Amino acid sequence: MSGVAAMSSPGARSAEAPLTRADYEDFLYHEAALLDEWRLDEWFALFAEGATYEIPTAGSRDDADSAEALFYVADDYARLRYRVERLKKPGAHSEWPRSDGARMISNVRILGSDETGVRVGCTFVTYRAKNDITDIFFGHQHYLFTTVAGTLKIAAKRVLLDMNSLSPQGRVSIIL
Amino acid sequence: MATAFTPPMRAPRSPWIREDRIAGLFKVSRSAFTEQSVLDRERERIFDHCWLYIGHGSELAQPNDYLTRNVGGRELIFNRDRKGTYQAFFNTCPHRGALVAREKCGNALGFKCFYHGWSFNNNGKYATRTPAGVYPAGFGDDGSVDLARVPRLEQYRDFFFVNYDANAVGLEEYLADARQILDLVADHSPNGMEIVGGEQQYTIRANWKLLVENSADGYHAAETHGTYFDYLLDAVGNDAAEALSNRENVSKAYDLKNGHAVIEGRAPWGRPIGRAIPAWGEKGRQDVAAIVAELQARVGPERAARIADRDRNMIIFPNLVINDIMAITVRTFYPIAPDLMTVRSFALAPKGEARDARKRRLDNFLEFLGPGGFATPDDVEALESAQRGYVNQRDAGWNDISRGLLKDQPAGDDEEQMRCFWREWNRRMEDGE
Repeated sequence: MSGVAAMSSPGARSAEAPLTRADYEDFLYHEAALLDEWRLDEWFALFAEGATYEIPTAGSRDDADSAEALFYVADDYARLRYRVERLKKPGAHSEWPRSDGARMISNVRILGSDETGVRVGCTFVTYRAKNDITDIFFGHQHYLFTTVAGTLKIAAKRVLLDMNSLSPQGRVSIIL
Repeated sequence: MATAFTPPMRAPRSPWIREDRIAGLFKVSRSAFTEQSVLDRERERIFDHCWLYIGHGSELAQPNDYLTRNVGGRELIFNRDRKGTYQAFFNTCPHRGALVAREKCGNALGFKCFYHGWSFNNNGKYATRTPAGVYPAGFGDDGSVDLARVPRLEQYRDFFFVNYDANAVGLEEYLADARQILDLVADHSPNGMEIVGGEQQYTIRANWKLLVENSADGYHAAETHGTYFDYLLDAVGNDAAEALSNRENVSKAYDLKNGHAVIEGRAPWGRPIGRAIPAWGEKGRQDVAAIVAELQARVGPERAARIADRDRNMIIFPNLVINDIMAITVRTFYPIAPDLMTVRSFALAPKGEARDARKRRLDNFLEFLGPGGFATPDDVEALESAQRGYVNQRDAGWNDISRGLLKDQPAGDDEEQMRCFWREWNRRMEDGE
């Protein structure tokens, strides 16, 4: 998948030894809290340079390729940085006033590791409320974790919506 | 003091539209966006008689390919038979009604209803084996238990449309001058065009006509999409600022007849077909130069310049939008309720496009368009916000789309393209009292 190929640049290294599942769970809960609290700069800092953030269309295969198929989001590091900058502006009308949200992370599993990093999967449910309408997003996520200067970083995050379409959510203007 | 608009005309017929070409005023009643009776009438007067986009020929690449799709509120099968002929059927078993195809797409010689097992060839012919004596001799010889065929299916440059009115005018006559714009889009490639995999399907909590208006609305771009243009200026640099300020680039609106309209100009973003931006690097610049050279050799320099370097947003009445902008989006939508629509968006691209070029195109698409883009979500917010505002219609009952009405040549940031749509909408809604 393109995400993995694109993010292998941060520096080739030998296979990383996975941490414990609890370590990754702590990381994912922390990430979810940062997004729930709109601490977006701190959230972006969780990503390694060159990282990717992708959301294929609902119903896509896990290995969908953003060079061959239309996604909802296929951010490289620069576009992800601007996604965060944009969401901080009042001109991001869809999220101004900001929506409220709560993210649930579950079913965390270490899926494997190689020279690019450690692959971790989880499921999620995200509730988003705005204008007294609540939308629910759900699916599973694939992470590729890498260690940069002793700190755990996200090298790739792929959000796979296990929904049939964006009905009734209509948009993914929040970060999932 | 703001007062409710008072229509100046004498005894106007339409309860929805007020146009005064002398005063230069055009008003649309907000009841057109909110009332169930209007939607019922739209279904009967518009969606049952207009040509509705069903899909692109490339989506059925091989004989026996099929896809299922809701078009204008009907569940359809769009497929090719063994000989490769394109067809459209109502997706319902002639026996007791269940869908005979329940997957999104596939390749099938026939369809079998899972309920009682009735079977059909992929040309719709009844093909169920039943013991003798169960049904009368000659059962179905009159075609009454074949899959019901959609009355009309026609295509123009691989864009396929259906019509539920057997007596409707032909597609080409209906499309009128929109054909010229479809030609420009179809001519992007010497190999034909194709729908890219991955469909964006979503709903918007707003009336469907708000999306018609929004899809070719040059007026809102700077205000609603400031955050996108900030990003673009960063990616494109001074070229974009220059492009935005050059009057030569200002888009113009054209009436394409029959309710269709287009705005065409030169926008600051990159175009995979003909306008490289610095962010694409030297490789991108060379790739685009090669595409333009092929285009010039094939269609001549003047037409090549229009195809490669002009951006266009087109409304095809009633519910198809083809925007040939930073990428090409094909977007169709349908009302579920007065304040709710379902939207399907596709990316159209040249067949055989190189991987690098396809990636640039899709990135360009996603930066602006779609539910996760830097612009479309804000359009959705604007449409839903307007719909919420319409609860005030008793005391604030009219939309104004007068901008540029008195101009000889309205610009893309005027509202003539919307008036083209509304005049046709009104004609059909009033027709045959």
